[in-house]
Amino acid sequence: MGQADVAVTRGEIEDFLFEEAALLDAWKLDEWLALLTEDAFYRVPSNDRPEADPRATLFTIADDIARIRSRVTRLKDRNAHAEFPPSRTRRLITNIRITGQNPLRVEANFVVYRYRSNDDSRQYVGRYRYLLRKDRGKLKIAGREAILDAMELASLGLVSFIL
Amino acid sequence: MQLVVNQPHAFRFEVNRAALVEPAIHELEQRRIYERCWIYVGHESELAAPGDFKTRTICGRPVIFTRNGKGEIRVFLNTCRHRGSLVCRSREGNAERYTCFYHGWTYDRDGALYAVPGQSAYPPGFDKAAFSLKEPPRVDAYRGFVFLNFDANAVSLDEYLGQAREYIDLVIDQSPSGEMQVIQGTQEYDIRANWKLLVENSFDDYHLLSTHSTWLDYLKNSGVEMKRPEKGEMLPSHGAGKDLGNGHATTDNVNFRGRPVARWIPIYGEAARPELEKIRAELVARLGEARARRVADTNRNLIVFPNLVIADGSSVTIRTFQPLAADRMRVTAWALGPKEESATARAVRLDSFLTFYGPGGFATPDDIAALESVQQGLASYREIPWSVMSRGMAKEGEQLNTDELHLRAFWIQWDKLMSQ
Repeated sequence: MGQADVAVTRGEIEDFLFEEAALLDAWKLDEWLALLTEDAFYRVPSNDRPEADPRATLFTIADDIARIRSRVTRLKDRNAHAEFPPSRTRRLITNIRITGQNPLRVEANFVVYRYRSNDDSRQYVGRYRYLLRKDRGKLKIAGREAILDAMELASLGLVSFIL
Repeated sequence: MQLVVNQPHAFRFEVNRAALVEPAIHELEQRRIYERCWIYVGHESELAAPGDFKTRTICGRPVIFTRNGKGEIRVFLNTCRHRGSLVCRSREGNAERYTCFYHGWTYDRDGALYAVPGQSAYPPGFDKAAFSLKEPPRVDAYRGFVFLNFDANAVSLDEYLGQAREYIDLVIDQSPSGEMQVIQGTQEYDIRANWKLLVENSFDDYHLLSTHSTWLDYLKNSGVEMKRPEKGEMLPSHGAGKDLGNGHATTDNVNFRGRPVARWIPIYGEAARPELEKIRAELVARLGEARARRVADTNRNLIVFPNLVIADGSSVTIRTFQPLAADRMRVTAWALGPKEESATARAVRLDSFLTFYGPGGFATPDDIAALESVQQGLASYREIPWSVMSRGMAKEGEQLNTDELHLRAFWIQWDKLMSQ
């Protein structure tokens, strides 16, 4: 098999990221978890240190797979007050680029609109950085980082849903 | 208007909800609280080298927090003496000089006016020395924590902090060199609530069980041992609430939730266990068994009146907040750790921080939700003017962390300053 046969196309990546976005917007968090590898990470860096190592820098979120699962457990609990009732979110994902094939790295821009009762709408704007892996022919997420463009979280307030 | 009802003999303590809602009270607070008290600016460790600076907004004023050429900490009001523009518009960096881009007035690291383009057009008698960057009347530091005071006649910072120093010392004793360091990465977020609600929330342990059940479940599910509360208590370990005078107050709790310095819990991972034992051994060798236990087996959420929180529990966080309006504040939070901490211990500290604190943590978002929910409910303050705050009042002796003595201590000082 030549390199061309194994390389992933942008079309495949797009389908995959759009599917992920649909699951997150629908709060199908267990199905979303199934997209992750056993060693996946999920990170949101602090706004003032968008390029940093979470072992030496305070992040907003720096989950390993165990923490991601705990996060999902928490978010499914009606006592996760910041997300109960759950926010409505709508993700627009664009400008998808494959930035590396081995390992497979992908970047994309996002706007996530978040709506809650008794609250203003909030717009989270930034870029995703994905580390993807093909597992028995299916794409999986080995890492995803959501890097916000805002200089500080400020009126965005918090990141209590999965960004 | 009476804002606080304090009748110890009648076991009555109530706070007027107008204090959390009315813009006029918010305005008065700026004069009577924020222009009289020592207000936290930043930590010395944030400025490593001469010329390093951070710009921030303190008491509504843009300031430059910096080190001059001699390495001394300076705080300047970030406003040009000519027309008022900011002279430094970067969030952080290192500067030899500050140049106002509007007309080009330039200041040195000590705030002295260094250059005025076209100076010859000013009338005779124009004296550059009269146009230095202005400093707040008072700037002082306690063990690395830098404060300013807009009241030139205020008591010294040492006298102001008083008994709160003992609790700051307990935090600093975690460091072998006695130097703690702010770790890079800043959490800066708004809460749509009155800032005094965050003061209460920051050390009110009464809300822990109901607001943070998902966090407690997370600890339990991760193998952290949760003892049944002692009789008459609500939490897995004993904890007290303490009034430290001058409006400062703290919780003083036996630890159950793990501590980077130094009590291992399964969440930290087996690999980190020897490292934590090493930290523990160093503490005992340096401080003796009793003091080491005091430092490493107790947690404290300290309020330095009015708007500095040092929470020393799952990790150490410095949190300060600036009121933006009666119903809105901006919170800035940092992680603090021993300067010489190993890479492994630092990683444990930061990871542990995020289990609880911050806008993406497993607990802080629910606190924010609670405060915003309170603020929304307070819209009925004309119909329901009073909030009851009497927990523990009928009790002799020690007050628990789930009582409200420490909350009352804050409000009593707030009320005192607001009525003078």
